[in-house]
Amino acid sequence: MTALSVHGLHKRYGRVPVLNGVDLDVARGSVTAILGPSGCGKTTLLRIVAGFDRADAGTVTLNGTDVSSGRTVLPPDKRAIGYVAQEGALFPHLDVQANITFGLPYLTTGRRQRRDRAAALLELVSLDPSLARRYPHQLSGGQQQRVALARALARKPSLILLDEPFSSLDAALREATRTAVVATLKAENISTLLVTHDQAEALSMADHIAVMTDGRFTQTGPPQQLYARPATLGTALLLGPASTLDGTVDNGRASCPLGALPLTRHCPDGDATVVIRPEQLHLSDAGTTADTGATVIGCEFFGADTVVTVRIAGGATIRARAAGTTPYHPGRPVAVTVHGPVHAYPRQGPGSRPDDVPPADGPGSR
Amino acid sequence: MIPTGPAAGAARRRLRSLPPLRLLVPCLLIAGFTAIPLAVIVYYCFDVGWAVVEPLVFRPLIGELLANTVLLCATTTACCLTAGVALAWLVERTNLPGRGLWLALLASPLAIPAFVNSYAWISLVPELHGLWAATLITSLSYYPFVLLPVAAALRGLDPALEETGRSLGLGPVRVWARVVLPQLRPAMLGGSLLVALHLLAEFGAIEQLRYATFATAIIAQYESTFASTAANALAAVLIACCLLFITLEVLTRGRARTARLGSGAARAATPVRLGRLTAPAVAVPLAVVGLAAGVPVYSVTHWLGHTGSAGHAMSALLPVLATTAELAALASAATVAAGFPLAWLSVRHRSLMTTVLERSTYLASAVPGVVVGLALVTVAIRYTRPLYQTTILVVAAYVMLFLPRAMVNLRSAIGQAPPVLEEASRALGQTASATFRRVVIPLTAPGVLSAAALVSLAVTTELTATILLAPTGTHTLATEFWSAAAEIDYPAAAPYAVCMIVLSLPSAYLLLRQSARGVTR
Repeated sequence: MTALSVHGLHKRYGRVPVLNGVDLDVARGSVTAILGPSGCGKTTLLRIVAGFDRADAGTVTLNGTDVSSGRTVLPPDKRAIGYVAQEGALFPHLDVQANITFGLPYLTTGRRQRRDRAAALLELVSLDPSLARRYPHQLSGGQQQRVALARALARKPSLILLDEPFSSLDAALREATRTAVVATLKAENISTLLVTHDQAEALSMADHIAVMTDGRFTQTGPPQQLYARPATLGTALLLGPASTLDGTVDNGRASCPLGALPLTRHCPDGDATVVIRPEQLHLSDAGTTADTGATVIGCEFFGADTVVTVRIAGGATIRARAAGTTPYHPGRPVAVTVHGPVHAYPRQGPGSRPDDVPPADGPGSR
Repeated sequence: MIPTGPAAGAARRRLRSLPPLRLLVPCLLIAGFTAIPLAVIVYYCFDVGWAVVEPLVFRPLIGELLANTVLLCATTTACCLTAGVALAWLVERTNLPGRGLWLALLASPLAIPAFVNSYAWISLVPELHGLWAATLITSLSYYPFVLLPVAAALRGLDPALEETGRSLGLGPVRVWARVVLPQLRPAMLGGSLLVALHLLAEFGAIEQLRYATFATAIIAQYESTFASTAANALAAVLIACCLLFITLEVLTRGRARTARLGSGAARAATPVRLGRLTAPAVAVPLAVVGLAAGVPVYSVTHWLGHTGSAGHAMSALLPVLATTAELAALASAATVAAGFPLAWLSVRHRSLMTTVLERSTYLASAVPGVVVGLALVTVAIRYTRPLYQTTILVVAAYVMLFLPRAMVNLRSAIGQAPPVLEEASRALGQTASATFRRVVIPLTAPGVLSAAALVSLAVTTELTATILLAPTGTHTLATEFWSAAAEIDYPAAAPYAVCMIVLSLPSAYLLLRQSARGVTR
């Protein structure tokens, strides 16, 4: 049985369509991520599921109960959902314990019960129960976010909605908080719908990813499958950094300046855009530029790895990732080999590039 | 803050959705209510016809009053600008000893109503009268209106701008003229407008100094001919002056951006070292505080010593205090009740229409108390006779006059309860009304209370509308003070003056704090 089921959802603001017929199922106990560039409609979908906004058409079913179809819309407080907003949205006038127990029935929950419940929930989200008497402004961003999760969990919701919950945190805190949150959700076996524009977040947290562009899902599936076989060029670039090269597909192989490469998925014969991940590119010594036509033009050191930018024959540039430090410095000629199959997509007209797809950035996107 | 990403999406969502009718309709009614004085005067003048109004407007008396009023506005505004900018610079940008204290001291005249200041001076120096006396007294009362916004603007000014000016080869004086002053212009203009509008509305202070402006002439006309066509014609010209000043301010303010670009808090500027000039520099604010606050306080305590039996004075004072407190409580409750939906609309459903709606209440408040009073008398005796001589009418006038003062606090109060917190509460199973009770009310309460406090304190010192509208037998601190002072019974007026000053201190403090937080008008 599914925790959440969305069918044929349409929504427009004025004349601007935001959702164009969205279908989605969230399996019970799973984490589903909606990944898409900002403005694609993913937050609107989340707000309709929560009951903050109303859909123009379509149905939302929570645990088999229809909560939004036609004119009958269940208000958010009558849906068994938990909601964690972008910045946590803790109540500034209440301390941590009062925030966490805010949603519990006031009359039937005793003082001791509240205290124990808050302490248990704080422990669940890996926070020290001694924080219970602190006020939100005395907490760090990551702590606030975990308290917000504890507050959402307090009522044992059947579905948790996370709206870009880690985007306001800095890189180091983001990973620690993400790990703690995933551990909690998995331990409690809670169905989760996560909205994010951060591919690393979606790939690392979700069991299932739905990629959204312009108000519809372009591809859904487990993260590994999506990363291995993105259906469109836009999805391929959204899921991680990559170099794109012009090439031609002929009989299941893509010819490009780096050679004739095997493909991950079928692409019709003809002009194509070839997508190569930085980890697929390997550099080796070359005597002179004349041998390979490839020269290192830039080098960014990140500690654990180094991203080397190479200009290859024909003038295109590619980015390769090498572990640790590399001996390849700007000006040095190199040989480039490609490991494994690459993605290729039919090219749309001369020189057309998917400029509207923002490059995936953020930590881990190198 | 420039909204980006999902926040901008949320803002867009709210922009496109029309506010719900159950909120919009009451707001339209409230805005319409505050427009009554303006509408009444205009309608009245049209109603009686141009043939009747024309000789009343184009006559030597009006020309004389116009010249007097404009002259006083010019001299006082010039004095306030000079004093306000110079003092703001001394307090914010030099190493003047005790800088933090000086701003509070220099703002203290806000606690002394202008007509009390005028009484204090004239009871010590009976020869004071005419334009220059009026300029002195009103300047001493109103310069904080320029000082506070200019000081706040100076404080918020990123010193990097001046440093960049210096690095581009400009000397300190030219940096002031070309970098700092243009940035201060909105604050200076806004402050000047406030001074000018107060001058147009001021009756008590100017009347005592035997100078004649529109406000004093309207009261004189009212006392001789009641709510006559002549009084309404004077009021119409006065409103025209108000609108003219507002338009001038809007036109000269220009469209330049003076807000800080970029993010992060600005550093504090390095103060100018006064060195050997420290002593004369301290003398300037000392003299201003002495004249603007020291003289009135000395004078009032001096006359208080002549009041005679303390018990007798108290027994006269107590019922007046009770009446004043009652009116203040009614007016602040009514004003907050009227302002909350308007503020909610303008914060939560921001659009051109809601901003215009909110701003329209500011326009109504630029109308002097004397005009509001006259308009309400005119309406009451012509259309709603049972309301005439009732408390309802006085309270209505207070709401019209003081709604904008409440608005600043109400808006920031509602800003303390962003929609995301309400959504969080709804998602935690709380109904809309439980959310309002458990989230919105606790978060907005401090701002709502300070709005109510500002209004009730303004009511305690309101004179002109109260004179015109208070039911017979209703005496407030201001009216009792006024009748004693008008009979040159200075000792009898002193206890009321002390009460008004003491009661105004909290509101002066609130205004000071507001300007420290950078909230303007």
